[in-house]
Amino acid sequence: MTDSAHIPPQSSLVAAQAPSRRRSKASRLWRDLRKAPASAWFGLIVIAVYVFTSIFAPLLAPYSETELVGGAFDPWGGQFLLGTDQLGRDMLSRLIYGARNTVGIAFFTTMLSFVLGGALGLMAAISGGWIDQMLSRTVDVLMSIPQLIFALVLLSILGPSVLNLIVIMAVLDATRVFRLSRSVAQGVVVMDYVEAARLRGEKLPWIMRREILPNIMPPLVAEFGLRFCFVFLTISALSFLGLGIQPPTADWGSMVRDNAALITYGDITPLLPAGAIALLTVSVNFVVDWFLHKTSGLRE
Amino acid sequence: MNDNAKTPTGNPGAGGARTKGDVLLEVRGLKIDGESDEIWRPIVKGVDLSLKRGEVLGVIGESGAGKSTIGLAAMGYARPGCRISGGSVVFDGLDLVSASDEQRRKLRGSRIAYVAQSAAASFNPAHQLMPQTIEAELREGLRTKAEAEKDAVELYRRLRLPNPEEIGFRYPHQVSGGQLQRAMTAMAMTCRPDLIIFDEPTTALDVTTQVEVLAAIRDIVEQFHTAAIYITHDLAVVAQMADRIMVLRHGLEVEEAPTREMLSNPKQDYTKSLWSVRKLGKEEQPGGDAILQVKNVTAAYGNAVKVLNDVTVTVPRGRTVAVVGESGSGKSTLARVITGLLPPIAGEIVFDGKVLPRALKDRNPDILRRIQMIYQMPDTALNPRQTVYEVIGRPLEFYLGLTGAKKEARILELLKLIEMDEGHLDRLPGELSGGQKQRICIARALAAEPELIICDEVTSALDQIVQEEILKLLLRLQRELNVSYLFITHDIATVRAISDEIVVMFQGQVVQQGSKTRVLSPPYPPYTELLLSSVPEMDPDWLSNLLAKRKVQPAAMPSQDR
Repeated sequence: MTDSAHIPPQSSLVAAQAPSRRRSKASRLWRDLRKAPASAWFGLIVIAVYVFTSIFAPLLAPYSETELVGGAFDPWGGQFLLGTDQLGRDMLSRLIYGARNTVGIAFFTTMLSFVLGGALGLMAAISGGWIDQMLSRTVDVLMSIPQLIFALVLLSILGPSVLNLIVIMAVLDATRVFRLSRSVAQGVVVMDYVEAARLRGEKLPWIMRREILPNIMPPLVAEFGLRFCFVFLTISALSFLGLGIQPPTADWGSMVRDNAALITYGDITPLLPAGAIALLTVSVNFVVDWFLHKTSGLRE
Repeated sequence: MNDNAKTPTGNPGAGGARTKGDVLLEVRGLKIDGESDEIWRPIVKGVDLSLKRGEVLGVIGESGAGKSTIGLAAMGYARPGCRISGGSVVFDGLDLVSASDEQRRKLRGSRIAYVAQSAAASFNPAHQLMPQTIEAELREGLRTKAEAEKDAVELYRRLRLPNPEEIGFRYPHQVSGGQLQRAMTAMAMTCRPDLIIFDEPTTALDVTTQVEVLAAIRDIVEQFHTAAIYITHDLAVVAQMADRIMVLRHGLEVEEAPTREMLSNPKQDYTKSLWSVRKLGKEEQPGGDAILQVKNVTAAYGNAVKVLNDVTVTVPRGRTVAVVGESGSGKSTLARVITGLLPPIAGEIVFDGKVLPRALKDRNPDILRRIQMIYQMPDTALNPRQTVYEVIGRPLEFYLGLTGAKKEARILELLKLIEMDEGHLDRLPGELSGGQKQRICIARALAAEPELIICDEVTSALDQIVQEEILKLLLRLQRELNVSYLFITHDIATVRAISDEIVVMFQGQVVQQGSKTRVLSPPYPPYTELLLSSVPEMDPDWLSNLLAKRKVQPAAMPSQDR
């Protein structure tokens, strides 16, 4: 409340009655951001730092991600700020590149799963009938197999390349997105404005994109944040199990595994990639929480 | 707890012991603010009211006048996003504004009860009616479960619910809307409260059902000498129910007077304008050639019961045909069949001399363009994420291929036609009033340059003043553009105002069809008679007279409870 105190109450009343009032999306976004709680700001800043790091990894990292530059398990300080790993690669550089690999792959996987699951879910909700039945039952079958085990099986059959990893994870995750988007879209499909669009003779893509999608964005965006975290964790888990991102590519999951032995000696280096994962997960959730709160209508 | 010392004057079962006449509720200088965009704006700007025991106060006004907010404030409650910023609400000696939550909670349900507009949305669908009816009593420990259930059955009986012994064991979806509204009144009555607040309890009901609910509420309020605040926007309804009427506008009291005085001699201009709405009428014009003929159409959902049975309706070009009937009579299904959303099982639809394909997907855009539809609820008929510009612009682009400056010019023309201006172009539906939203829906239909517009209860969700404006607009547009209307409604006043011909429907069949004067003058078929006599009139004795008349000849009434 305090940050709105400097706005005289009349100004917005006048604005509401003024005949021409054009507001850009950016100004609305900025207004929302200004009201965001500290946790959301924290989350946004952390995410921005991660994105920055992964984009400019080659400029930021002091060494290459794969090159052996020192002895195995060199301590912190001096030439290597965070020491070296079990092969003598610079830990800090690998952490920085890891952001690019792990976060990048998780982001593309989530995007793909949302495009796929969201489009099919909307189609099922709008069309109904046998299309809905066919898609929904297929998804049921896919979901009946435990996700991690299914991913492991498919990865061992197809081979653990980055492309395979993205596609397999995306397809498996799309099942959950499908269910969510189908059920929220079903609430919108029955609205009169969708019927009005049908009566106008609009085709399926237009109804999907213009009539329904804007109205189901809030739950989808919230789900996107959560799914992103899960994908992220699954990829890290797969890497830890050896079927995810393959060495020598730096990846936070496998970095934990490779250096796990150090924990026995009281060295916290293997916890750094784990901490990086945790920090990003928490930050994304802060932002999602804020978004959910903002759109849930709890404040009427 | 000190407040326990104030023992309720109205113990359960001892309703008769109450005295009529002393002041029960005293509201002084009530101010309520509502928040939007972090800014608090006044909704109620200092309202006084006082209510004696056993008295019914009618509160009327257009939406946004603060009626419901005042009703809730009488319980010491402010909705989320609202706050009581000043004044006092003294209920039987206790100021509810300054009382603790605990004190207020003790009063609610047991001494002050609330009946909401939509019973269907207020009952918990997962529980039977009985446990929900007696919940407040059991919580307060006023009676044992067995006694409470016995009493609830008695209340169901007094409210004339069918099978009072068994209805409590049904789930909300298993009874009709009118029955549910009565069950909610029973719920409010269980503790024999001193005050009940009725917030538009019959607005969502058909006229024929409304009569029964009104009669039941009035009886029970009289029997137990309960004081009530009756909130509505329907003058004729409030005239039947209230001892005194208070007119609100923009959060301020306009006028307050005893019912009969208020009806016969309103003092303020605003009140007079409310009264004049029902006098709108249209000169009937004879029909020319038919733009639309529905011939012997039968339709059903799935393979189940026939919703339409051998229906034949003709709409003359440039005229208005009103389709009247209670809900479930097949009015809206008729609209769905004409638009092609529900392909008929038998019969055909002839539009402008050509037989229309049955299903929507077989019709070409030009046919779709020529038949447009306006919906009952402008809230759901407009996409909340599309601006006025997008809503009106789309049919222009889709049917007529207009883009850029031409499109914008035409949109502005259309806005002018519906008496709005370019300042509204960038608004989202949430930033418009109910009447403005309906105007936008009308503009969207007009954008397609149609020959026939199907209006599905287009005014029934609106206030009376706004209703009148919309009806006037539709009439003007018909004169200027020679467009034909198929006007679906259950409100006879609307029919009088707009139609040239009338079709009366009951249970999927056409009961009567003909020119307005013929249908609205005796002799009536029994169902038309029932429908016409159920429309509340401004006469405060209307309900009493009607009930007296109906009791004499109950056989003339078709069954209401489907």
